[in-house]
Amino acid sequence: MKIIVCVKQVPDTSGKVAVNPDGTLNRASMQTIINPDDMNAVEAALSMKDETGCEVVVVTMGPPPAEGMLRELLAMGADRAVLISGREFGGSDTYATSQILAAGIKKIGIDKDDIIFAGRQAIDGDTAQVGPQMAEKLGIPQITYAAEIKKDGDSITVKRMLEDGFMMIKMQTPCLVTCIKELNSPRYMSIGGIMTAYEKPLEIFDYAALKDDPLIDLDTIGLKGSPTNIFKSFTPPQKGAGVMLEGADKNTCAKLANILAEKHVI
Amino acid sequence: MDFNLTKQQEMVRKMVADFTENEIKPIAADTDRNSEYPADTIKQLFRYGVMGMIVPKEYGGAGADDICGAIAIEELSKQCASTGDIVATHNGLCCGPIIQHGTEDQKKKYLPMLTTGCKVGAFALTEPNAGSDASKGTTTAVLDGDHYVMNGSKIFITNGYVADIFVVFAMTDPSKGTKGISAFIVEKDFPGFAVGKHEEKMGLHGSPTAEIVFTDCIVPKENLLGVEGKGFNIAMQTLDGGRIGIAAQALGISEGAMKEAMDFTKSRVQFGKPISKFQNTQFKFADMEVAINAGKLLTYSAAAKKGTGARFTKEAAMAKLFCSENAMKITTEAVQMFGGYGYTKDYPVERMMRDAKITEIYEGTSEIQRIVISSNIL
Repeated sequence: MKIIVCVKQVPDTSGKVAVNPDGTLNRASMQTIINPDDMNAVEAALSMKDETGCEVVVVTMGPPPAEGMLRELLAMGADRAVLISGREFGGSDTYATSQILAAGIKKIGIDKDDIIFAGRQAIDGDTAQVGPQMAEKLGIPQITYAAEIKKDGDSITVKRMLEDGFMMIKMQTPCLVTCIKELNSPRYMSIGGIMTAYEKPLEIFDYAALKDDPLIDLDTIGLKGSPTNIFKSFTPPQKGAGVMLEGADKNTCAKLANILAEKHVI
Repeated sequence: MDFNLTKQQEMVRKMVADFTENEIKPIAADTDRNSEYPADTIKQLFRYGVMGMIVPKEYGGAGADDICGAIAIEELSKQCASTGDIVATHNGLCCGPIIQHGTEDQKKKYLPMLTTGCKVGAFALTEPNAGSDASKGTTTAVLDGDHYVMNGSKIFITNGYVADIFVVFAMTDPSKGTKGISAFIVEKDFPGFAVGKHEEKMGLHGSPTAEIVFTDCIVPKENLLGVEGKGFNIAMQTLDGGRIGIAAQALGISEGAMKEAMDFTKSRVQFGKPISKFQNTQFKFADMEVAINAGKLLTYSAAAKKGTGARFTKEAAMAKLFCSENAMKITTEAVQMFGGYGYTKDYPVERMMRDAKITEIYEGTSEIQRIVISSNIL
């Protein structure tokens, strides 16, 4: 059994956000971090490793410096890493990214009892699309928004959080789960892990390594293979101070209803 | 000459910095106020391999180098010098001499306890009448068949009332002076071992300091560390290594205080502008920056020299002297920049100032460091 965890290096949005003239993020001028939800996915994999002794493989698509992030995940306890990196992959949107990641995962190999973990969404694009798209392209079942995961033989039971409740779903492996922050508290790197992080295997999959997969075609990857185009990007104007209404009496409620009606909210 | 840290050293800094920010910073003020040993933090530091990090892998440690060891103490001490002290003592003063002087059997028995076994270590040299003049100790150990019988007491023992394993120095032949001192590994469960008075201190309130007392304490013969009569050399060598830890601790305190003072002076407005805009403030920060960076070079280079196996006595003493005296100056300046607020417990700088003072005293006072340095050059 092994767990493949998909992770993404993202700009640290707690710092200053820089934008290119074309509206895309200026990633080069920003500090990078590991996408927070992906850390919950990594922790889910590592705690399952603590329980079952399974192998944990971390995968990312990104430029060569993303190796630093993968080494940190190896220092946390992952067993090996795969960096999918190539100029042909640059500019990919979620569709193209999921094509490439799915091809990479197929190359790593999915066995009957394997699980793929991903974060719910990345803090840069906030789409939450790549995880589900990968599952579709790999032809395996998926559960999103996992807040609890229990492995039970060749199936897993997941508590899937919704806005107003939750679902408990049982799913057959191999499968894909996207994780939310309520799932766990990610561990730190360990000193022992740091000392061995550079001795653990890290493979690089470039275009040549993946090009024979049916998912990979120059028309389905990279900027050219991305159906999403940025039409316009802007900073939303700051909202003004709100209006406070106090009291729970009929008059106040009527006043509130009037204001909402004026704004066509109700 | 390469002044860059290795990737592993950078990663250790990042890991300990993250841990300190998330796990230690929120509790540092309470740890001080309540004089509370941060048991949960130490448990976590065992889990992540910071406790005993310099112990070789085959004995349960991470096999980290001495620069990694110094960086960890520095990062912890940025927010909590007590935690830095507990770890520095465990790593440098207990694991250190066992790694360096222990027999294979001693290493196999005690180093796994001090790493994966989560047992805290301590070092016991100082006595009421033997401080800087460590040769005047009166604790004795008399061989009686297959064991030594130890009598006497040790004071100001860091980790004293939480430690399980102590490296203890005692006279095996009082007639020979320093050449009659021997080192022992003592477990707290040995018959005749007791913890005495818990010290109330000016600072380092989270670091548990106590007296330990030996009353016909039975120490198995195989727990002699090194050979009989070589204890004083073991103590001095151990303190050389320990001083790098204290230099790193002092550095961390300085960096923590400077960061607090920078944040405060940027937001504190007096006479119509933030006080960071006054040249008096700016020049003080410039001097702090120079002292901290010079201290880093002294500390890391002493650690690097230790790692090569060469003698590093003078380098460690220089690093400890320089960093501890600057920690006292920088924390005092930081309190001054905060004005009245700095004197209150609402801000961490008064704690940092109290914590800084001990770095000029323990593991050899500044005066002793000057003796060590000058005796190495004259």
